[in-house]
Amino acid sequence: MAMLTRRDLASLGAATAVLGLASPRAFAQQRITQAELLKFDAVGQVTLLHFTDIHAQLVPLHFREPSVNIGVGESTGLPPHLVGKHLLAAYGLKADTPEAHALTGGDFAALAKSYGKIGGLDRMATLVKAIRAERQGKMLLLDGGDTWQGSYTSLKSGGEDMVEAMNALGVDAMTGHWEFTYGADRVKTLAAKLKFPFLASNIKDTGFGDPVFEPDMVVERGGLSIGVIGQAFPYTPVANPRWMIPDWSFGIEEERIRARVAALREKKVDLVVLLSHNGFDVDRKLAARVEGIDVILTGHTHDAIPRPVQVGETLLIAPGSHGKFLARLDLEVKDRRVAGWRFKLIPLFADAIAPDPDMAALIGRIRAPHVAFLSKELARTESLLYRRGNFNGTFDDLICEALLQERDAEIALSPGFRWGATVLPGQPITVEDVYNQTAITYPAVYRVGMKGSHLKTVLEDVADNLFNPDPYYQQGGDMVRVGGLSYAIDVSRPMGQRISDMTLLRTGKPVDPDREYAVAGWASVNEGTQGPPVYDLLTKYLTDRKSVRIEENRQVRVSGADPRGLDI
Amino acid sequence: MADDIKPRIRVPQNPKKGEVIEIKTLITHPMESGQRKDAAGQTVPRSIVNALNVTYNGKPVFAAKLEPAISANPYMSFFLRVEESGTLAFEWKDDEGKSHKSEQKITLAA
Amino acid sequence: MSQARSLNRRTVMLTSIAAATALSQFAAATASATPDSAKELLKTLARGDAKEGKIAIRAPEIAENGNTVPVTVTVESPMTDKDHVKAIHVVADGNPNPGVASFQLTPLSGKAEVQLRVRMASTQKILVVAEMSDGSLWSGAREVKVTIGGCGG
Repeated sequence: MAMLTRRDLASLGAATAVLGLASPRAFAQQRITQAELLKFDAVGQVTLLHFTDIHAQLVPLHFREPSVNIGVGESTGLPPHLVGKHLLAAYGLKADTPEAHALTGGDFAALAKSYGKIGGLDRMATLVKAIRAERQGKMLLLDGGDTWQGSYTSLKSGGEDMVEAMNALGVDAMTGHWEFTYGADRVKTLAAKLKFPFLASNIKDTGFGDPVFEPDMVVERGGLSIGVIGQAFPYTPVANPRWMIPDWSFGIEEERIRARVAALREKKVDLVVLLSHNGFDVDRKLAARVEGIDVILTGHTHDAIPRPVQVGETLLIAPGSHGKFLARLDLEVKDRRVAGWRFKLIPLFADAIAPDPDMAALIGRIRAPHVAFLSKELARTESLLYRRGNFNGTFDDLICEALLQERDAEIALSPGFRWGATVLPGQPITVEDVYNQTAITYPAVYRVGMKGSHLKTVLEDVADNLFNPDPYYQQGGDMVRVGGLSYAIDVSRPMGQRISDMTLLRTGKPVDPDREYAVAGWASVNEGTQGPPVYDLLTKYLTDRKSVRIEENRQVRVSGADPRGLDI
Repeated sequence: MADDIKPRIRVPQNPKKGEVIEIKTLITHPMESGQRKDAAGQTVPRSIVNALNVTYNGKPVFAAKLEPAISANPYMSFFLRVEESGTLAFEWKDDEGKSHKSEQKITLAA
Repeated sequence: MSQARSLNRRTVMLTSIAAATALSQFAAATASATPDSAKELLKTLARGDAKEGKIAIRAPEIAENGNTVPVTVTVESPMTDKDHVKAIHVVADGNPNPGVASFQLTPLSGKAEVQLRVRMASTQKILVVAEMSDGSLWSGAREVKVTIGGCGG
């Protein structure tokens, strides 16, 4: 290794990132093997394995990456704001390859049938165990959070199923975001059951500002002393119910990170890693402003980026979501700095990886009491149902239809969450599919009178969380989804001037700022919101319908967008 | 309401002579702004902690005048250079003319 | 008639988005302070016009709770007998009244920094003026965004 220069290693990193699985679709299945996925010429003293945002998905699933993910300000035209062919071109990837299918949303239904499902914690365990055996005490496994929420089993067990699974996987540290929606007491209880630390340097109590969790840890791997700082999602009390964590305060807290980096460097650690749930654009800005971080393991915004993004001396890793990928970063460290690296974003093609028997047994035990209920077929879909995209997803369109009908509303609002499994055309929509889209601890579907002017304020407010040119103002979700309403958005304009042409679809008339509209929505962050749980409402709607078909959404007209963030 | 008022002070222990230390203080108080309406639609009258005076061994070191824009359970932090051991004395005053006192000893490191 | 159906007839509920500020200490709708009235108050408190500089204000980009926004004000000063900060005045330009707090410091403060927690009815600017022992006045400002929230994830 000593012979390799930094540049050599960097270019090797580039070469390995492309999986070399450039076979025609028909042969895809044969060419993807577990050995191929694991193939990696180890370098340096330590291997970091990173996953994030698996949203409590224990078993393989389909997950379509977005075809709309627009970059603004300093992130314009940069990953992760390259989608479809723009992403493939930027990384020299060929279309009609397994990696192209894993990283983009194009022709998804057909390709998903060919390549099969992806992810599954038993597959993840197989890879982790193999790499752990290969690296013999030189491996660190880090979980970026959003691990305990997103499925029926996690909702019913209050996150405990995932704590068991992560303990079994042998995670070394985690941070969090959706974890906090189980409430402060529950989070503390579960954190105490972890066999590894829950790190969050930015969470303080609202009294004297004392730390609530350990901010960081120092571990020895491969003869190196490694400092890992945890960074929980800074806007948790804004994006999710604050009343569930009333005594905790979050924030980006750049100063605190700077202080932790300095303290770790003082302790003479060889490597400083930030395990972050900031979101990619926030971390890219932070990397340029806070010196001394070698690696940022990013999360929250669900981006799968095939190679590390370098900002100064800092490497940023983005391993996607839902257990689709495992990121492997081997590091050669010299004089307390990264001297070289090699990287691979490993897609977990479920059919190619033998399930780990121990993890498979644990998952089986967790799911056994619920399997009959979860596999119940509610309806069939004739069209692809997915969620990701800046403005809409077909599964959200379906939820909005259900909200409009079941709550007799003129307009429906559905939150711009980025989690939720994809359902292919011709497949049944099961109870499990419903919960994969809606499993939250504040599920009430409200119905309320809202003035047109206020609706505009809501849309402008959310749009600014997404398209503010300063990443520190971005909260990481997508645009609130609307039903019964169309609008135009110019993403390049400032707050208050992006949204126009709001039209009520029922009448075809412009939305009147002074008229009150009947609005139904879910996931209100306010305590005491009343209404039926969204998963019950959706279950009933689907049961009544038997079959659904969602046409392509043309209700949002987008302008002012960088074309590299659009593949439509 | 005034019965619930509870001052708290946080001071680093055993500073060195000449060290500049951060003093944190928090007083439990609803800080009724005079703007809030109750469930019946009636305006709740203003009732806030409006002043804080801090002395060290009798010498004034910090004072604050507070408006209704200060959050409930007012929190403040400020700095103090300690040249000698002594007593930090806090006195808060509220709109009802009541005074709330609290003290904290500081002993220099040997 | 289904259960969900009958529920929606009976329960017309307030939601977060509509009613978040109904019982709060400062509702955005009652704001009457303006950038001009805030500046005017600062001028009165400090008895003069201030130059821009010497003041750093730290606050979150987005308030996670408009009822309590942590704000840290630091003034550049050696804090000696001859050269120190005598007072720091803080106002905000989007609340019902612009006043927030005034602090008096002494050379014994050692460091001219105070932290406070502020109510903010809506997105607005925190304005600060520091009075120095030589009679000079320095000012600084920082905006804090207060959002509706609830759509991240």
